[in-house]
Amino acid sequence: MTETPAVELRNLNVYYGSFHAVRDVTLAFPKNKVTAIIGPSGCGKSTVLRAINRMNDLIPNARIEGEVIFEGKNIYDPDVDPVEVRRRIGMVFQKPNPFPKSIYENVAWGVRINGFRGTKRELDDIVEEALRAAALWDEVKDKLHQNALALSGGQQQRLCIARAIAVKPEIILMDEPASALDPIATLRIEDLMRDLVQNYTIIVVTHNMQQAARVSDYTAFFSTDESRTGFLVEFGPTAQIFTNPKDPRTEAYITGRFG
Amino acid sequence: MSVRPRFDPNRAARHRRARIGMVVFQLATLVGIVVLMALLYNIINNAFGLAAIEYRIYPATLGLDLETLPQTPRERLLEILETHLSPGLRRSLERTRPLTQRSNEELAALVLERVLQPKVLDTWPLVPSLLHTQDIVAEVHARFPQAEVRWVRWLNTRFLTRPQSSDPLRAGVRTAILGSLWLVAITAATALPLGVAAAIYLEEYARKDRWYNRLIQVNINNLAGVPSIIYGILGLAIFVRALEPLTSGAVFGAVAEGVTANGRTVLSGGLTLGLLVLPIVIINAQEALRAVPNSLREAAYALGATKWQVVWHHVLPEALPGIMTGTILALSRALGETAPLVVVGASTFITFDPVHPFSKFTALPIQIYQWTARPQPVFRNLAAAASLTLLLLLFLSNGIAVYIRHRARQRRLV
Amino acid sequence: MAQTLSPVDLRRRPRRREGLIQVLLLASGLLSILVTLGIVYELVKGAMGFFTRPLWEDTNKPLAADVAPSDTVLPVRPEGAAIPEGAIIRVDEEIMRVQRAEETALQVERGLRGTQPAAHPAGVDIFLEDRVSLWEFFTGIRWIPQAGEFGILPLVNATFIVSAIAMLVALPLGLAIAIYLSEYASPRVNNVLKPLLEILAGVPTVVYGYFALTFVTPLLRRLLGPDVVDIYNMASAGIVVGILVTPLVASMSEDALRAVPRSLREAAYALGATKLETALQVVVPAAFSGLAAAFIVAVSRAIGETMIVALAAGAGPNFTFNPFEAAETMTGHIVRISGGDLSYDSIDYNSIFAIGLVLFLITLVLNTLSQRIVARFREVYE
Ligand SMILES: Nc1ncnc2c1ncn2[C@@H]1O[C@H](COP(=O)(O)OP(=O)(O)O)[C@@H](O)[C@H]1O
Ligand SMILES: [Mg+2]
Repeated sequence: MTETPAVELRNLNVYYGSFHAVRDVTLAFPKNKVTAIIGPSGCGKSTVLRAINRMNDLIPNARIEGEVIFEGKNIYDPDVDPVEVRRRIGMVFQKPNPFPKSIYENVAWGVRINGFRGTKRELDDIVEEALRAAALWDEVKDKLHQNALALSGGQQQRLCIARAIAVKPEIILMDEPASALDPIATLRIEDLMRDLVQNYTIIVVTHNMQQAARVSDYTAFFSTDESRTGFLVEFGPTAQIFTNPKDPRTEAYITGRFG
Repeated sequence: MSVRPRFDPNRAARHRRARIGMVVFQLATLVGIVVLMALLYNIINNAFGLAAIEYRIYPATLGLDLETLPQTPRERLLEILETHLSPGLRRSLERTRPLTQRSNEELAALVLERVLQPKVLDTWPLVPSLLHTQDIVAEVHARFPQAEVRWVRWLNTRFLTRPQSSDPLRAGVRTAILGSLWLVAITAATALPLGVAAAIYLEEYARKDRWYNRLIQVNINNLAGVPSIIYGILGLAIFVRALEPLTSGAVFGAVAEGVTANGRTVLSGGLTLGLLVLPIVIINAQEALRAVPNSLREAAYALGATKWQVVWHHVLPEALPGIMTGTILALSRALGETAPLVVVGASTFITFDPVHPFSKFTALPIQIYQWTARPQPVFRNLAAAASLTLLLLLFLSNGIAVYIRHRARQRRLV
Repeated sequence: MAQTLSPVDLRRRPRRREGLIQVLLLASGLLSILVTLGIVYELVKGAMGFFTRPLWEDTNKPLAADVAPSDTVLPVRPEGAAIPEGAIIRVDEEIMRVQRAEETALQVERGLRGTQPAAHPAGVDIFLEDRVSLWEFFTGIRWIPQAGEFGILPLVNATFIVSAIAMLVALPLGLAIAIYLSEYASPRVNNVLKPLLEILAGVPTVVYGYFALTFVTPLLRRLLGPDVVDIYNMASAGIVVGILVTPLVASMSEDALRAVPRSLREAAYALGATKLETALQVVVPAAFSGLAAAFIVAVSRAIGETMIVALAAGAGPNFTFNPFEAAETMTGHIVRISGGDLSYDSIDYNSIFAIGLVLFLITLVLNTLSQRIVARFREVYE
């Protein structure tokens, strides 16, 4: 890998109060690739993901050690603005969480608060483009001003993706984005990830091994030690992790799941 | 992929707005605290301070010390009464009970009321009294050359133990405190059992899909929002007028002819407040019952208990601390209510204590209302002292409620 | 036939005690319905008494000559108010109906409503029966019981002005406190602030009334000048009523804001929103109906609030829009006239019920509305 990574974790440690949730993660996420984070429940997948765009700042007792390098800068440096970090590293959550506003407003809001200076037409175009990119446009183009809560779960989640795309992030973090959806909606999200990766770097947490195998280019496997602290076991190209894991713990996990 | 949004790079402005927003929210909260402080300050400020007092005969000229008046030698008190009371008044006092048979306290009171006869000319709040003592003294000497400047604690033990009086220096709130206690007792005796029973019905027995149960619930929520003065009107129509034979005690022969308060008794007042707090008691008790885990009920049912056994032996004891806390808070509300009592006809001036449910009554809030509404400023000081008394009582009862809740939580943790 | 005796008897047994208890509990629940019915019944009955009670208005028209019990024509003087045909009149204690009216004579039906025809001397005034009409009640701008004028508008007007001032204070303050508590304050700060708010909410209203009269009013007069601000005025009462309902607004609004799922806030932050943008543009709109319900309940509380206005707003109906003038609200009026020695057989006594009914209906509508909104709001997030 000669190209500079999209984002890089260096000796990342996360604590919740006195609980050491994740220890010593060093990991570089390649640009314009899908990287899957897998591992047993509670191993700190979400914790690591939220460390990448400083969402953990919002948890009162969470504490971070180590560095997260983005665009050559540690995002935890005191002079870094978490607001800008989050604009550039977007996030899609486990459960669809559209705002209780219209479909249009859901997409436009993030653009507006980030100081968008342009005409209504330009904004319309951005909304349309985001919805198209999220493969939702055809389904909602006639009801842009209806409440987003009226959409189905799968549509809501794609709307959340459109919302994240609209502010033009470089990286999109996804925390089990399909776990609350039915299989057909899941498939659409997975296809969407493959489309998006041409323009974005995607980091996706999933507990579904098949999904990781299908959508990701690289895979990071996390596990926990006896004190429930999560750590990185192995990172590599997805094909290698699934067919020829170097670490026996990875193999046990993967084969255990596949039965 | 073509439309690049043009983002305004000026994030600083957004952050500035965010900071200003936070300061505004903090300030609003601060305003709330400042208002609370101002409220307490205002009461305390008026409950103590300097007063200009005029006497018919100044204590100093008789060699008396007001603070230790009852400790004055008995002979001296008798002698003063001998020389300063008119012969007619002395004869009538002697006829009621010979002066020599009266206690030192009684003699001292007579000296104060009949000989010294203090009269408040003007009062000053605590803070100016402390800061500008000299100016006030000078002002008093200029305005009332006769008067004496004295520190007065309007809230003192005499104030708490004396009955009502039209003389501000002798007025007290004993009658009002006793009235308030009677009211709260009657309120508790009615609202607690009825409220808890209704709550048990709604939480443990009622099927939520039946229209009448939903009606009861909606109705209770609505009752909780009815203005208290409407309850006063209800009490006036029902307890004072329609049920007068009962609430005046006439059917029990409990009152002598001539002393009857008609229906305007402490019983009517208490029942009115009972209805007023009933919805609050029910809602609080429901919450307490809802907090009892279902596993407890299931455990008891699994042993073959009937519904009532489950409720009586397991659910109710578990919910009791919560019910008590909720009830005390509701009773605190009753303790501070004024408007319904005015409408039901609390007496504004009575000097005898309530002795049974059919007594005329007054209550602390009623006293505060009356004194505040009086034109003479001296009574504002009494109103402040009474307010302070009421707040202390409320503080005490809320303290008990918090303590019960705390105890129950601790027990559960063990 | 051989009888087999089952070792266990699983048949349903009548449990009379259980049934009785359930009936008693149900009765306690039904009592609350009874209270509501009692309120409605008494208010309506009293209000009917108010609208049907005859008010005797002095026409200043005296009899022109002595009248014997058997006369059916009353000679009257031309001065005074005109008496229409069909009107009910009273001379001394006797009630009569006017069958025909002329300038100087009235043909009457004598001894109505159980009164006896009697002799009346020349010179006594004729009284004309009048009733408070619904129209007069709801549109009259004067409430002067002594003059038989019962227009409720001055009282309603004062009530609304005081409530409006109260909401002007309580809405921004309560909402700002709620946002601070739910979005900004740490749990530790919350643990300090919440009890303080509870204390503020637990202070008896009469003490707030004292505060209004002895602190806020002097403050207003010092700030704006004693010629502008009357000693009794609606502004001072309104401000303090606002302070009184602020804890209510704050705690109900806080509940509404806290009910907004965390995920919405996270979604906003993940788009690069600041805390303020998240709070004002995502959380507050999402909680809107809950906030609306809080405001409506607060308005209802303000309208029903009594002691503060009774002490600080003024003791006399006054139809004015100037908040610095004295004016009596509906509640203030009820308290003032029932505080005196109220005779049960007076129009004053009945008027309490008519005003009470209006007050009850206003607050009932507001409370019902608020409960509806809260119920719907809950559905959204469940
Ligand atoms: N806000 C929090 N406070 C305290 N502990 C937390 C918090 N969030 C997560 N944890 C703990 O940190 C560990 C990792 O959690 P998480 O990152 O959510 O795991 P995963 O997403 O892999 O299931 C778990 O043991 C969890 O209990
Ligand atoms: Mg997770």
